[in-house]
Amino acid sequence: MTIQTHETEIVSDPDVPLVRITREFDAPPAKVFRAHTDPDLVVQWLGPRDHEMRIDHFDCRTGGSYRYLHLSGGNEYGFHGSFHEVRPAELIVQTFTFEGMPDGVALERIRFDDLGDGRTRLVSTSLVDSFADRDAFVASGMEDGIREGYERLDELLAA
Amino acid sequence: MAADPLSRVFSALADPTRRDMVARLAAGDASVNELAEPYDVTVQAVSKHLKVLEDAGLVSRSRQAQRRPVHLEAEVFDLMTKWIERYRRLAEERYRRLDDLLETLPDDIEPTPPQTGASR
Repeated sequence: MTIQTHETEIVSDPDVPLVRITREFDAPPAKVFRAHTDPDLVVQWLGPRDHEMRIDHFDCRTGGSYRYLHLSGGNEYGFHGSFHEVRPAELIVQTFTFEGMPDGVALERIRFDDLGDGRTRLVSTSLVDSFADRDAFVASGMEDGIREGYERLDELLAA
Repeated sequence: MAADPLSRVFSALADPTRRDMVARLAAGDASVNELAEPYDVTVQAVSKHLKVLEDAGLVSRSRQAQRRPVHLEAEVFDLMTKWIERYRRLAEERYRRLDDLLETLPDDIEPTPPQTGASR
């Protein structure tokens, strides 16, 4: 299933439990990479819009690890993982766990393709254990919208 | 079988044959035999796929007519498409913030920050 606008493209793979996000940036790979590895910069864009993001630690190098929190309405949501491979301006391979589901882990690969002329294509894939986990992962980004969505689906299915 | 409705819809559509059937049904109702035609599989196999789609609420079958045509529940299908679209939009919002941030960085910035120890 692919939904394409001229900006972010998302592919939910039919054969493996994977989500792929593709996006181009008007900046060279070194810059886009820096925004992924420097905690002072990461905190400025990675968190959801209505949550404050606080970094516990962020040691982005091969063999390093990270942990950060999203703070919302008095609640804290923790996330952590390990950096398995970090190649400047090229590649980050890392794990990702939501601490509310500590047995679950996603394997993420973030590729920085140099398009020339100071442009970069970012290709980010998340691979999880099962299709059910992948779909929960897709749904997890939806905050309050998900409840409304479930209610609507319940209504539709009950009809 | 995944327990919650969203997962059922997603897993039902995780299979390429079932996605094909949904695409076929988007054009109009069809009988099981008509659906089986393009595939090198038995009518029984197609019925199994239909059962999965039916359990997910994606299709329904009329009880009246003899040929029991299969009908696509377009609203459920649209809802799932909207979920993915919402996920895409959240990623897009994040990347717009990244766009703005990138504009403030010097072009000759080092790809990695200076290593000042493991944590802050």
